[in-house]
Amino acid sequence: MDIWSTLNDTFLDWESMKAVLPEMLKVGLVNTLILAAASVVLGTMLGMIVAVMGLSRRRWLRWPAKVYTDIFRGLPAILTILLIGQGLSPITRHWWGPNPYPLGILALSLIAAAYIGEIFRSGIQSVEKGQLEASRALGFSYTAGMRLVVIPQGVRRVLPALVNQFIALVKESSLVYFLGLLASQRELFRIGQDAAATNGNLSPLLLAGIFYLIITVPLTHLVNYFDKRLREGRPADLEVEELTHADHR
Amino acid sequence: MPTIVESAASLELTGIELAFGNNKVLRGVDLAVPAGKTACVIGPSGSGKSTLLRATNRLLEPSAGDIKLGGESVLRSNPDELRRRIGMVFQHFNLFPHKTVLENITLPLRKIKKLTPDGAVEAARIQLELVGLKEKESARPGNLSGGQQQRVAIARALAMEPEVMLFDEATSALDPELVKGVLGLMADLASAGMTMIVVTHEMGFARQVADQVAFMDHGVVVESGVPEKLFTAAESPRLQQFLSQVL
Repeated sequence: MDIWSTLNDTFLDWESMKAVLPEMLKVGLVNTLILAAASVVLGTMLGMIVAVMGLSRRRWLRWPAKVYTDIFRGLPAILTILLIGQGLSPITRHWWGPNPYPLGILALSLIAAAYIGEIFRSGIQSVEKGQLEASRALGFSYTAGMRLVVIPQGVRRVLPALVNQFIALVKESSLVYFLGLLASQRELFRIGQDAAATNGNLSPLLLAGIFYLIITVPLTHLVNYFDKRLREGRPADLEVEELTHADHR
Repeated sequence: MPTIVESAASLELTGIELAFGNNKVLRGVDLAVPAGKTACVIGPSGSGKSTLLRATNRLLEPSAGDIKLGGESVLRSNPDELRRRIGMVFQHFNLFPHKTVLENITLPLRKIKKLTPDGAVEAARIQLELVGLKEKESARPGNLSGGQQQRVAIARALAMEPEVMLFDEATSALDPELVKGVLGLMADLASAGMTMIVVTHEMGFARQVADQVAFMDHGVVVESGVPEKLFTAAESPRLQQFLSQVL
C-alpha cells in the first residue's frame, strides 16, 4: 500500500462523506450555527458591559471587570465549559432538563465576553479625548457622550478584531461536545467524530472541517474588508469627496 | 453671517482659580465681556488660556471664583445646562468622524434641543449655508480640508443658538492658506453681535476684531484693554517682551 493510497483511504473516503453529509447539513451545521450565533450575541452584550465597567471611574465597577477578565481569559476554554456545563447542570436541570446547550452557550459567552470586553475597551480608549470633550461642550452628559459619540467610534475601530473573535467562537463551539450531547444535539465536530469512529477513517472529520471553513473563511474576508475600509475610508466617501483647499471666501 | 445674533449674553469671570494637583494653572483670573462684544486672550503657551476657556464652560471645574452668564451666577447650576448656552470651537475641530457633516450638526439638535428630525435638518442647513458649506452636507469630516472642518465645527456650535462662543486657537492647526476663511467667519460673527472669547495667536485678528484684549501669563491676566492701547502702549514689561517676540 503506497502513501497516496493510505492518505486517500484515511481522508478521502467519498462513501463515508456521502453517508454523513445529510446529518452534517441538517443537524451538525444547524447546531453549530445556533451555538455560535447565540454565543456571539450574548458574548458581545456581556463584553460591552465588561468594557464599560472596566472604563468606569468608579473602582467598585472597574475591579470586578478586571477580575472577571483575568479569570475567564486565564482559564482553558475546555475547563470553563466543563465547570459551568457540568457544575451548574444539577441546578438548571429543573428549568430546561438535561439539555446541555443553554449552559454550553453560557460558558462560551462568558469566555468570549472576557476577550470581547478587552477588544471593546481598547477600541473605546483609542478614541481621541477631544471627541468626548466636544460632545460635553455641546451639552451632552458623560453617559450620552460615551453612548452617542465615543463608543460607536471605538466599536468601528475594532470590528476586525471582533470578527476574529467571532471566528474563534465558531471553532470553540465544538468544545460543548464534552458536555455530552444527544443525537439531535450534535454539532459538526461531534457528528464527524462519531462517523469517523464508526467507519474507521477520518473522512467525516475532514468534511466537518470543510463545513467549518465554509463558515469561517467568509468571516475572514469580512475582517479583511473591514480592515481595508478602516484604512482607506468608505468607498462612497472617496467617490463623493476630494480634499479641497478652496477655503477662501 | 448676515443675521444679527439676538441670544448673546454678557459673561463675567471673577477670581477664577484652577489647579491640576499641585500645579496652579489659573490663579485668580478676572475677565468681563459685555453682551455682543469680543475679547481676545493672548499669551505664551502654558499661560492658562485654553484652561480658562474650559473653566468658563466648566469642562474643567474651577476651584474658586465665580462665572456670571447674563448676570446670573452659573457655578452651582448643572454644567450640562451651562454648556448648552456656551458654544465652543476647538483647535483640532473635534468633529465626529463617524457622522456626516449634516449629522454632526443635527445630532445635538435632536438629542439636546429635542428638535424633530426635519426641524434639525432645516436648522443645520441654515447654519451650513451661513458658513458656505451647504454642498458638503453629505461628506464625512475626514474628507474635508481643515478649514472646512473648522467652519462645520463653528456651524455645529452656532446651531445650538449659544449666548456666548468660545474659540480655542481655532486656526492654529490650519494650513496658512486656510486661516483667512475661518478668521473671516469669526470676524463676521463678531460683527453680528455674538459675545465671544477668542484664544488666539493671530495678533492681526485680535487687533482688528477684538473689543478688548487680555494678556495672560502664569495663570493670571497681566494686562487688558482695548487693542489699540494694548498693542501700541503696553505697560507691563512681560507684555512688552511678548509683543516684541510675536509682532
